Amino acid sequence: MLTVTELRRNFGEHRALDNVSFEVRPGRMTGFIGANGSGKTTTMRIILGVLAAHGGSVVWHGAPITQAVRQRFGYMPEERGLYPKAKVAEQITWLGRLHGLDHATARENTLRLLEQLELAERAGDKLEELSLGNQQRAQVAAALVHDPTLLILDEPFSGLDPIAVETMLGVLRERADSGVPVLFSSHQLGLVERLCDDVVIISGGVVKASGGREELRAKYGSRRFELVLENDAGWLRDLPEVRIVDLDGPRAVFEPIGNGRTDQRVLRAALERGAVRSFTPVVPSLNEIFKEAI
Amino acid sequence: MAVTTPPVPRDTQTQPVTGTSFLSSTRLVAEREILTFLRLKGFWIGLAVILLGLVALAILPRVIGDDGPPSVAAVGPEAARVLTGTKLEVRQVADVAAAEELVRSEEVEAAVVPDTTGQSATGVRVVALTDSPRDVVVALSTMPPVDLLEPSETDPGQRQIVIMVFALVFLMFGMGGMAIAQSTVTEKQTRIVEILVSTVPVRALLSGKIVGHTLLTLGQVVVLAVTAPIALRVGGHSELLAALAPALGWFVPFLILGFVLLAAIWAVTGSMVSRQEDLGSSIGPLMLLVMGPYFAVLFFNDNETVMTVLSYLPFSSPIAMPVRMFTGDAAVWEALVALTLLAASAVLAMLLASRLYSGALLQTRGKVSFSNAWSNAD
Repeated sequence: MLTVTELRRNFGEHRALDNVSFEVRPGRMTGFIGANGSGKTTTMRIILGVLAAHGGSVVWHGAPITQAVRQRFGYMPEERGLYPKAKVAEQITWLGRLHGLDHATARENTLRLLEQLELAERAGDKLEELSLGNQQRAQVAAALVHDPTLLILDEPFSGLDPIAVETMLGVLRERADSGVPVLFSSHQLGLVERLCDDVVIISGGVVKASGGREELRAKYGSRRFELVLENDAGWLRDLPEVRIVDLDGPRAVFEPIGNGRTDQRVLRAALERGAVRSFTPVVPSLNEIFKEAI
Repeated sequence: MAVTTPPVPRDTQTQPVTGTSFLSSTRLVAEREILTFLRLKGFWIGLAVILLGLVALAILPRVIGDDGPPSVAAVGPEAARVLTGTKLEVRQVADVAAAEELVRSEEVEAAVVPDTTGQSATGVRVVALTDSPRDVVVALSTMPPVDLLEPSETDPGQRQIVIMVFALVFLMFGMGGMAIAQSTVTEKQTRIVEILVSTVPVRALLSGKIVGHTLLTLGQVVVLAVTAPIALRVGGHSELLAALAPALGWFVPFLILGFVLLAAIWAVTGSMVSRQEDLGSSIGPLMLLVMGPYFAVLFFNDNETVMTVLSYLPFSSPIAMPVRMFTGDAAVWEALVALTLLAASAVLAMLLASRLYSGALLQTRGKVSFSNAWSNAD
């Protein structure tokens, strides 16, 4: 498990990170969401030791991260980079060795990954001869070649076509399922919603919300309920403890005002007036959570 | 495109982790630099040019100089008399007009004709086409015997060649260090540097580059050091070879240490810019460090004081000290002192470079200043 605690970082006068804390748990995909300039990349760079923190700590399995530990992490930077003039398989193998694999294993992993990413036939080409989409796939292979113990991917889906997105999703899910904590940033909330188990929402260098996706849904997003009756639901308008969001014949969406068990009282009142076809909490989308959290 | 390959069972905690130490990281970086370079056409072309130049320098004088003694046309008995015993090839002709004709048609280098003005002590005049024919005039002169109190061990002509070759070779390898800067800029520009830095220590990157390129240089120097004696022997310069061998022996360590010193500076220069296009404008001071000693040695090699100073200064000692060893002006201890100074400055340069390099490497926007790089180091 990766634990980030009260990370701080300034760039000159600008405070880029202000007490950023969150966890990336084993076997879970953690989506790191926030607007441009909110501190996602800065946080990831600090975790990878590419940037120094001005305070706080990053801990891996309860211990500070040493060079040897970090060497086993996999990283895909936002501004992608491999050697343009080097051959694809060759440089990925080399990176595998740099990450601590022996030559044979590095070579084997490289070929397996290229096969999996459907890039095998371009293995002997120079990177610059590949299309941008294929260069992205090579980049993914470079991040995964050493079977990383932790995966950190900065905007892994940006610039990918829908097919490549699916490939990427499959590859990442597979890693997460094998027990690797995966942290990835994205501003494509729909994708994050589909993909991640945990969410960290950051804005202006401050973590606004973090936790399991469902947990956040329960906590954020207005608590709304959809009530479908057999008869007209117009009487709900007269209840002082609810605010009607939508009303259409027997169907109503309402928001309880104040805390307490208003929803249950509304349900009881509805049952007293006749049959209730359905009563469901409305699950807020990540987009709504995001808007509310920041 | 769907992923059809089943997930590979893997336990990240129990997988064998060999890990890479600082040394093996350095070795891997060096290996990449070397292999990348050995695949460049430019590298082989450059080496071939140097080799051909060296062979040409050794063999060509013999080939060109082999057209025998200069020939002269002689007119009259006076000319025949003064030409007796010279090494010139003499062609007797009937009159001055015929001799001048041969000169004009360049069949002979000059004509020796009777002097009719009475100005010449030997009674002959030399007629040539455009320039005074030095070798003919020398052959006709009587030279006083010369006694040397401290005869020079080396021929001045040979000395010039040695100076030129040493200076040129060092210049070429010194400039070759630019490859380190270029390689660094490539890594910054493509941002692979982020992956590299998150994987291995910055200092391993720096030392790997320097080690890699130093080995490349060493390899080339070995090729040159093997070729030079062969070329000299083929060219018939066995005496020069005998005189050169010890100086060559000194030149190699000086060259390598000098290269390490420059390599550290090249690396820092590369780490401070973000784009290949910007490299050109930042290498000015470094060019001065490489070219300065080259010109200094070429211009001042007659000035013993300047040469002595140059032979101790770290940037010029790789050329100046071997030259002084060649001419016999410097003792062995002097070379050892200069070598120690050079090694010490190379170590110092590496230490400074490692701080500046780590401070500048990850700043991928625009040009990084020295103070910025220095204060940004981890």
